[in-house]
Amino acid sequence: MANYLIKRILMLVPLLLGITLITFTVIHLAPGEPVEMQSAMSPKASAASRARLREFYGLDKPLHVQYGMWLSNLSRLDFGRSFAPDNRPVLDKIKERIPITISLNVIALILEFGLALPIGIMAAVHRDTLLDRAISVFVFVGFAVPTFWLALLCMYLFGVKLSWLPISGIHSLGSDQWSFFWRSADLARHLVLPIAIATFGSLAGLSRYMRSTMIEVLSQDYITTARAKGVRERVIIYRHALKNALLPVITLLGFSLPALIGGSVIFETIFSIPGMGQLFYQGVMARDYPLVMGILVIGACLTLIGNLLADLCYAVADPRIRHGRG
Amino acid sequence: MILARAVCLLLFLFLAACGKDAPWNKAQGHGGSQFVTGSIGEPSNLIPILASDSSSSDISGLVYNGLVRYDKNLKLKGDLAESWEVSPDGLQITFHLRRGVKWHDGHDFTSRDVLYTYRVTVDPKTPTAYAEDFKQVQSAQAPDTYTFRVTYAKPFAPALASWGMPILPAHLLEGKDITKSPLSRNPVGTGPYIFKEWVPGQRLVLEANPKYWEGAPHLARYVYRIIPDNSTMYMELKAGGVDMMGLSPVQYQRQTTSKEFLARFNKYRYPASAYTYLGYNLRLPMFQDVQVRRAITCAINKEEIIQGVLLGMGQIAHGPYKPGTWAYKAKVDNDPAYDPARAKALLQEAGYRMGAGGILEKDGKPLSFTIMTNQGNDQRLKCAQIIQMRLKKVGIDVKIRVMEWASFLTNFIDKGKFEAVLLGWTISQDPDLYDVWHSSKTGPKELNFIHYLNPELDRLIVKGRGTFDLAKRRDCYYQVQEILAKDQPYTFLYVPDALPAVTSRIKGIEPAPAGIMHNFIKWYVD
Repeated sequence: MANYLIKRILMLVPLLLGITLITFTVIHLAPGEPVEMQSAMSPKASAASRARLREFYGLDKPLHVQYGMWLSNLSRLDFGRSFAPDNRPVLDKIKERIPITISLNVIALILEFGLALPIGIMAAVHRDTLLDRAISVFVFVGFAVPTFWLALLCMYLFGVKLSWLPISGIHSLGSDQWSFFWRSADLARHLVLPIAIATFGSLAGLSRYMRSTMIEVLSQDYITTARAKGVRERVIIYRHALKNALLPVITLLGFSLPALIGGSVIFETIFSIPGMGQLFYQGVMARDYPLVMGILVIGACLTLIGNLLADLCYAVADPRIRHGRG
Repeated sequence: MILARAVCLLLFLFLAACGKDAPWNKAQGHGGSQFVTGSIGEPSNLIPILASDSSSSDISGLVYNGLVRYDKNLKLKGDLAESWEVSPDGLQITFHLRRGVKWHDGHDFTSRDVLYTYRVTVDPKTPTAYAEDFKQVQSAQAPDTYTFRVTYAKPFAPALASWGMPILPAHLLEGKDITKSPLSRNPVGTGPYIFKEWVPGQRLVLEANPKYWEGAPHLARYVYRIIPDNSTMYMELKAGGVDMMGLSPVQYQRQTTSKEFLARFNKYRYPASAYTYLGYNLRLPMFQDVQVRRAITCAINKEEIIQGVLLGMGQIAHGPYKPGTWAYKAKVDNDPAYDPARAKALLQEAGYRMGAGGILEKDGKPLSFTIMTNQGNDQRLKCAQIIQMRLKKVGIDVKIRVMEWASFLTNFIDKGKFEAVLLGWTISQDPDLYDVWHSSKTGPKELNFIHYLNPELDRLIVKGRGTFDLAKRRDCYYQVQEILAKDQPYTFLYVPDALPAVTSRIKGIEPAPAGIMHNFIKWYVD
């Protein structure tokens, strides 16, 4: 097991390097430069001032030199300074935004798995009944309705018409003078709509996946044998089948890790949540290379770690994998 | 178990939140003397010379002052400068600075601050886009604490307006690296509002400066919320979360007409400082013929575009100036009016004959071109579609291509690879047109990208910026408008209206040619 682990971890290094090289090249290939995004079509910006800005950001150097500099900074865990006019360290910007995105996504993820798994199991157990169909319709509505539209409808209903919930942001104005309890309640109030909509939108994929793996497991021979032996249905479903059906879901959980920091651009924009999704979007639109690279590297690390964890869980569950006999 | 606990906690907080004694219920409508406004973008840097986005300048405008500023009628008046004089040869401007003005940290404002601002702006190490106007300065001096003098190599009329640039505090910045200064997040100015806090991604808060030299602003706090989505901002307006927002024509005309809305908000309407145009690539033989360009303008019904795209909330543009300003010529003789029959006749004269498929042809080539515009601007796309329909009727085939902004600029505009573009310009307060229309500005990444070359226009532009005499300048710009109308290098389409709605709680708003924000410090709550 230790050998397997070391091998897997060593493999991550070239993989991460490859990812950074490709993303660095790709974002530099995209049309438009940070300098241009700041000064294009502005009568105030002359060619000389553009050249000055390019030099300031080091954009006048060849691409491989820029990559080398970026990589050497990264080896010291320095993500560089943002190309936005504020010129702040990328890490500071990320640190400011990461807590809200992680908390929001963790809560949404818990709710999502907490709801989707029972829904999927229920649909599989009651396969092809009215209940199964009703569940299908419900989750597919969430899947099919555009998130931003649903969000706007809910904002209008609960925010404007009923005045029950705040529409955007994460704190009320002046809340910094309230007690801890009211500040927490205020934060919770602000998060109700975004979390509800995030969860509803992603229920479909996960619950359908759970349903299909559960159906597959339920049709296996050992389940038929158990049934033939007269084992109770509850025991078959929750003790024998569920354990095996959950295995593939572990992979999905692994894949959800990078989303925890990536956040969702649509949500964070509509609900004015100052999270990573919004930051990343702004970074891409402004061609803020160091910021985009910083977020991508953290995202890539999390994806790789998520993958590794999923594989390790598999390896623990299935000894054939760690011995290389799949 | 953990899940159940988390859900219980959330439920509890939510129920508590619905209680009547929750603080947000008391703060509802946030009342008091606080003014909340929203912005799509977040300011990038509060040292004004380092930022070029409108959010940064919204905040800087309240925290800093320039030497001069535009008044409500768009005339220059003294701000930190009490008065100024221009030498008879137009080469020297002497500013007499206001005495007794204090920086927000209590230091005195002096000519040293002005000199520092000038020096740091033209310093090659400063990454700023604003150095150009100041580079025309030959020398700058501060002969005493309250006098500042600049000398130019030749008379330069836009110079005066360029001193509207916010003045920076020398005592906090001199000798330091401006790009790493804490002032970019915590500005210290001389203006009517003092910077209080900046919560990234959420809001900036300013507080009234009780010692402001024009008198303390009436509204005690100014809150600038960052709301990146327009629809969300509109909901916040309706729910009372923001006090002011610029409406779209649809919102103005159809969604804000209820009695309830009109009781809670006042709506304003005045021409924005911007125009939209159809520009032709004059390197192409097809557009080198002025008859073709005039014919296209004749074939386009601008009024119909204003009705269809802006729901009537705008006016026809005849040239590059805002209607009602001093350089604007109300009646331009050469301006082609909407007249499809005339368009057909002009095209006939230009040698075009009707070919198969109802498209005009000359030398076997059909009269066909593509209008490019940028993605994310629905008004421009609709405008292009109306133009396409109108030109089809006179036998011109038009295709439309919508591109992402950066690739539109890099791959097409900068390389001159376009036929016609549908874009807009912001109209600056000073009528100098040098950057957009002078023939020296046709290089790569410069603004005369349509490649319009006209020595007579060049002469008038240079003459106009070379004199401080308003009557002489006006005369130059009147002639410029006639030339542009005759040549039609652009078809000037429309000047849209600015449509702000402000909560009726706020009084003292005086709409003027400069808009509504010009007397913000006099706004008050009843």
